[in-house]
Amino acid sequence: MSQSRFQPGERVSVIRRYPHHHHRAPDYIKGRTGVIERLCGIFGNPETLAHHGDGKPEQPLYPVRFDVQHLWGPRAEQPNDTIEVEIYEHWLEPAA
Amino acid sequence: MSEEPYRPHHDLAGLEAGPVDRVEHNPAHWEKQVDAMLTLLSDEKRGLLRVDELRRGIESLGPQAYDELSYYERWIESIRLIMVEKGVVSEAEIAERIDALSKATP
Amino acid sequence: MNQPHDHDHQHPHPFQPDDDAGEPTHHMQLVRALRELLIEKGIYDGDEERQAIERMVARAWADPTYKERLLANGAAAAEEIGVEVGPTRLIVVENTEQLHNVIVCTLCSCYPRWVLGLPPAWYKARAYRSRVVVEPRPVLAEFGTELGGDMEVRVHDSTADMRYMVLPARPAGTEGWSEEALTAIITRDCMIGVTVPQVPSKHDPH
Repeated sequence: MSQSRFQPGERVSVIRRYPHHHHRAPDYIKGRTGVIERLCGIFGNPETLAHHGDGKPEQPLYPVRFDVQHLWGPRAEQPNDTIEVEIYEHWLEPAA
Repeated sequence: MSEEPYRPHHDLAGLEAGPVDRVEHNPAHWEKQVDAMLTLLSDEKRGLLRVDELRRGIESLGPQAYDELSYYERWIESIRLIMVEKGVVSEAEIAERIDALSKATP
Repeated sequence: MNQPHDHDHQHPHPFQPDDDAGEPTHHMQLVRALRELLIEKGIYDGDEERQAIERMVARAWADPTYKERLLANGAAAAEEIGVEVGPTRLIVVENTEQLHNVIVCTLCSCYPRWVLGLPPAWYKARAYRSRVVVEPRPVLAEFGTELGGDMEVRVHDSTADMRYMVLPARPAGTEGWSEEALTAIITRDCMIGVTVPQVPSKHDPH
């Protein structure tokens, strides 16, 4: 049975990984740090589901909340704005 | 797997773009047929196509196709790719049928 | 078969006719060929296709009481859907006086279809997908929406298995309104987060 590694409120970083197969971590958050908002559930891994795989091991899925200034720097509109992106656990590591 | 940073072509967040085109239109009948095709192929009864595969297929069409084809044109190209990949239909069958249909239409 | 036109827009705009008339394009021929082959091979039949097309109409519009329930209690209504489509995968995010939520799928076009029907073309297109995560206020302004200066904007990028819906904040001037009247001013665009409910200047809440 799958366990989830991260708890809501925990700070995590998105791993800088650039696979050439299908993946659902967008470029703008790679290497960035945010906060786990909740655990959505455990789901099949789209990276293998997309390529004849079985989606295992299934991955916990979390919306991670980022500050826009951290993501966009001077392009950010207002300092208190946020972006939440759903990220599979294997893309996350504890923030340094 | 390459570790050279790159942004996949379909990964659009933060790119510069013009105004949002708010024109609404009902999907054409053929577009609804494509949508239904995905729904049916990916349902539990059939399980012949996963949404992940559809996305992967679209992403594999290449930047030019991604930019120039319409939304449902990308879908049907991806569905075709996956159905041929899985041996549900063959390219030869598709080509034959397109040929037959184009001859039948005046 | 006619799909009802969605009268939820708040500004007039040109309406494009279906492009079924005229020479079939290469892709239209491809659709026809693939569809015929799949039907001939018994993968699906015309009845199933017809049903799938009928279900593209948003449940929230086909069943007005469902929309009321959805807006009254998103989680419970989502569970209702879950009975039909599997594990509950709808997250309802609530707007407040301090927080405005907006939904996007920057990687493709993920959308809560069983609640809102087919996504509008702009939701799936490059301009919205690329810009709303970095400049949400100018994008919202293109929809006629202006937010208060202190408002936090939170953009939800639905990159994975969950689908999102915005529960709009109740606008000023709707005190004493019936559920029915409130539901009527909450449009699809409000539930994506690009607009807020509009209170008509002369309104009879009954």
